[in-house]
Amino acid sequence: MGGAKTDIKLIDENGLRFDGRKPDELRPIRIEANVLKRADGSAYLEWGGNKVIAAVYGPRECHPRHMQDPLRAVVQAKYNMASFSVSDRKRPGPDRRSQEISKIISEAFEHVIFTHLFPRTSIDVYMEVLQADAGTRCAALTAASVALADAGIPMRDLVSSCAAGKVQDTIVLDLRKEEDNFGEADMPLGIVPRTGEIVLLQMDGDLTLEEFNKTMSLATEACHKIYELQKDALRRKYGVTDDEDVQESVDAVAESVPDRQEEAEEAFEDEQEES
Amino acid sequence: MNEETDNVSASEVSTGRELVLPGDMLSDSKYKAGSGTYLENGKIFASQLGIVSVRSNFINVVPLAGRFIPKVGDQVIGIIMDVGPSNWLIDINSPYPAPMHINEAPWKVEFGDTGRYLTVGDLILGKIFMVDEVKHVQVTMRSHGLRKLQGGQVVEISHSKVPRVIGRNGSMIQMIKNSTGCRIIVGQNGRIWLDGEMEAISTAVTAIQMIEREAQTIGLTDKLRELLESANKKKG
Repeated sequence: MGGAKTDIKLIDENGLRFDGRKPDELRPIRIEANVLKRADGSAYLEWGGNKVIAAVYGPRECHPRHMQDPLRAVVQAKYNMASFSVSDRKRPGPDRRSQEISKIISEAFEHVIFTHLFPRTSIDVYMEVLQADAGTRCAALTAASVALADAGIPMRDLVSSCAAGKVQDTIVLDLRKEEDNFGEADMPLGIVPRTGEIVLLQMDGDLTLEEFNKTMSLATEACHKIYELQKDALRRKYGVTDDEDVQESVDAVAESVPDRQEEAEEAFEDEQEES
Repeated sequence: MNEETDNVSASEVSTGRELVLPGDMLSDSKYKAGSGTYLENGKIFASQLGIVSVRSNFINVVPLAGRFIPKVGDQVIGIIMDVGPSNWLIDINSPYPAPMHINEAPWKVEFGDTGRYLTVGDLILGKIFMVDEVKHVQVTMRSHGLRKLQGGQVVEISHSKVPRVIGRNGSMIQMIKNSTGCRIIVGQNGRIWLDGEMEAISTAVTAIQMIEREAQTIGLTDKLRELLESANKKKG
């Protein structure tokens, strides 16, 4: 980044980008919730050329033990790129970059998850980048957030994320690989859409204050769009119809919540009678 | 205008039974914040993926997923993980391991004699009798009906589906019991113990897994009845 020289025309005369997008246009995004059977929660996301799978385990007993917090759960996010995710084989294993991304994503989630409800546990979030095309940390964060909701982890809101940057003196949204490599600046942003709080913000390259503000508002707006896609993915998976029978079944569950003990006991006593 | 939008949201809530996601607003101050919700600036929001239910002024979210977090009084099926001189460590399918002291066992156990009563891998029907603020959990077997579970087998389901498996006033589980003739115990932690004839057990397990898989679908009771009847026909 930082503007390596290139002959590629990233922005054409009509103000359109390399791949025909407008400066404020996102790449196509597809999210699917609950794709893994073994994990407590999971999500798969395709974002332009990015393909990310996220899995959540927990809250579960915290290992290593010394990481435990007696008062709250710790969020341990792990971002990893598959060796086949980029055109040159990526050396597998944690490196400086993936450790950094894991850390900032953990911190972003610690901000929204009600960690105090699960003292001494850890909530493990694994994000695997299967195919990368710039903006993978935003893609990973977005997918992981859906996976967390899918795992039933109590949190204040989903986290939505998107990057924006500067390419050939134009502020553009959601950079792809070529724009990232040969552009002037890239700024990933993660927000809590309901309140607008910022939970992740990084910048690579330089922007003037004016450019920064424009980039911010562009990325924020996109985050809200992505928020809708995230919610849609979860609704599609768990959608409940208005059918009466379904309502009855929900009633049965709802009724049993406060006095679920009683019902277990009933079931148990029935069992006793029979035996 | 503000007043109006508030009324709309409140009326939506009273019809209830809709899917909510973390961060969805449920209500303003008309209700009290129940489980699966949180309060911010006087407004109630959902904190979990689930379905809204309003009960006596409290607005709750019944979660559709999530781990079992023990509460005092929960009846659970545990597996002995470790044996100490004065206690057993029990896996109750939650993030927290739960010890049971010898005083909480239904027998008179001498110090160091624990292994003679329960060993690693044994199944017990226990009850959560203490959970403190840092979630140190303790299990007891000193209560009516609690015991070591001998024979039979165990299936695990998501603990959030337990009420659905039991059904209204135990209707679902009763149907499975009557049809298959199995003895079934449902623990709040999502473990279900079954004993009976091999074939009957496998039918019951299929039925339970179907309930878990299709907990939210239409006509589940009928589907279950169909499944059980066809199994009986095959047998008879």
